[in-house]
Amino acid sequence: MFENALRGSKGYWAWIILLLLVLGAGFANYLRQWVFGLGITGMSRDVSWGLYIGQFTFLVGVAASAVMLVLPYYLHDYKVFGKITILGEFVAIAAVTMCLSFIIVDLGRPDRAFNVLLYPSPNSVLFWDMIVLNGYLFLNLLVGWTVLGCEQRGAPPPKWIKPFIYLSIPWAISIHTVTAFLYAGLPGRGFWLTAIMAPRFLGSAFASGPSLLILLSFLLRRTTTFDPGREAIQALAKIVTYAMVVSCFFVACELFTVYYSQVPEHVSHFTYLFSGLHGKSGMVPLWWGVIIMGLLATILLIIPQTRNSDTILPIACALAFASLWIEKGIQLVVVGFIPNPMETVTQYAPTLPEMSITLGVWALGALILTLLYKVAVAVREQEPAGMSH
Amino acid sequence: MDKTRRDFLKIAGLSALGLGAKPAADAFAQSAQGPKIAPIPEALKAKRWAMVVNLKKFKESGPDALQACVDACHTIHNVPKFDNPKDEVKWIWTESLAHALPNEEHHFLEEFVKEQMKGLPILVLCNHCDNPPCVRVCPTQATFRRLDGVVMMDYHRCIGCRYCMAGCPFGARSLNWRDPRPFIKTKLNREYPTRTRGVVEKCNFCDERLAKGLKPACVEACKNKEIIFGDLEDPKSEVRELLRANFAVRRKPQLGTQPQVYYIV
Repeated sequence: MFENALRGSKGYWAWIILLLLVLGAGFANYLRQWVFGLGITGMSRDVSWGLYIGQFTFLVGVAASAVMLVLPYYLHDYKVFGKITILGEFVAIAAVTMCLSFIIVDLGRPDRAFNVLLYPSPNSVLFWDMIVLNGYLFLNLLVGWTVLGCEQRGAPPPKWIKPFIYLSIPWAISIHTVTAFLYAGLPGRGFWLTAIMAPRFLGSAFASGPSLLILLSFLLRRTTTFDPGREAIQALAKIVTYAMVVSCFFVACELFTVYYSQVPEHVSHFTYLFSGLHGKSGMVPLWWGVIIMGLLATILLIIPQTRNSDTILPIACALAFASLWIEKGIQLVVVGFIPNPMETVTQYAPTLPEMSITLGVWALGALILTLLYKVAVAVREQEPAGMSH
Repeated sequence: MDKTRRDFLKIAGLSALGLGAKPAADAFAQSAQGPKIAPIPEALKAKRWAMVVNLKKFKESGPDALQACVDACHTIHNVPKFDNPKDEVKWIWTESLAHALPNEEHHFLEEFVKEQMKGLPILVLCNHCDNPPCVRVCPTQATFRRLDGVVMMDYHRCIGCRYCMAGCPFGARSLNWRDPRPFIKTKLNREYPTRTRGVVEKCNFCDERLAKGLKPACVEACKNKEIIFGDLEDPKSEVRELLRANFAVRRKPQLGTQPQVYYIV
């Protein structure tokens, strides 16, 4: 089946080479970081997690969102998602691989990463995060590859795979809940210390993941003969719409509690986002960008005419994705450290090597996704006529 | 032939299972029994070490006494000194009263500090919490709490994930963002290990000195009993006497971490 990934057009190979170049540049910078230490990044004593952990957090959500396809298709037999579910599972594989890579590049001593296995510490949420992320990667590899293999042979998926598919549904919820618990259980970080963190994470995940999938579907429709179907894309668009509305509501809940209670430890972080704190306002433009893009996307998605339009829907999805990427992929993590425990402000901006390493991990994810999609599309193209399930 | 191969596979499988189960079983066994510690006759012992920082005494002694504590600690522990605040590593340092105790801040605190504390900042360090969040979050038990209350760091096990830095509500922890050795500006103390890049470090209540029967370096640097160190579980100890006789505060007690550094204002 994999041989399909080794046959492609000139454009396909050009894209692969481009990704390899970006990946190579990232790897070269990672070697520099390996030798010099994490001081090569913009992180500091005060802001001790940055872009890497932010991207990790965001991508856990993208990975978890595969459940939005798996659940309707396998649990409710929603046949419209028949062709697109595998695309969601493959996004999950690429996203979880990126998550694990971001954790590794963020370690001060990556050579000791296996200490997490040698000294299992059930009281650390990070220990559980490692278990659920690796489990989720395994489940999606197993389910995706098995189902696609059967499809190639024109056979229905085997019975033994069903329990794994059903298991992947609560497992998807678990990966993002556990990731939220990384933050929501720390006593001294007011920005994260909120019970709505896990629900908020899931809400934004089910908006960002499916909106990425809609964009990928449009891309596949344009560059290959594969078409997941208009109905499937529209069903996904409705999922994104509900998830965006729920996300906005959850953020509003957060803002109410923070600003009506006016507890300083909680207010100060949002003040830094909205207008700056102690004369420092590095995150203010990005934050307003998040709000404007998020609200605009939500409005465009709610109005049926714009949601149904094949030209406006991708724009709305791109806005939603960009808004949530900044919110969760950068600000959620960084602003938890601003102000610091002494209520002073140290700002953060990623350095060039740090951005190159981040891009490199994204290129790795894109490469995995490209290869997997190439296989999936090729299998679909070879599919005997009239064969579908 | 077939039979032996099957037997071999069975044994191999069981052995693999056993290898996997061992660390998991150990993880639970450790918490039940507690670690075994070889006795050191000359060591200072306590049920629960604690520190009392007497701000009244520091007011009498002035800023040099504060700096003496910082220097004593950083010299003895080979703490590097970076010019760039981004890479900073520190175990004990000074903060203004408003920053050290942000919950006690009010509009007129500056006046109080000026009038009553000669405008002096106060010393802050790891609080060696009774209920330390850094220990709770560490995924490798590289940071752990000793039975006598000292929160320790194992520089050889730390993976540098910095979860403890996020977990600590006091900003007491530093990562070695780069190789610290070229930045040790003081005379190298060969009795205490230097660190590598990528591991977290912090105040250790001078466990290496306690083992030799010596009090922490910052306590020893205090000529006027500005910092007192002792056993909180011993009613006759100096720390208990001070807490009986004076009103003392701790940093962020509302978070439930039970800090073991007390401040007499």
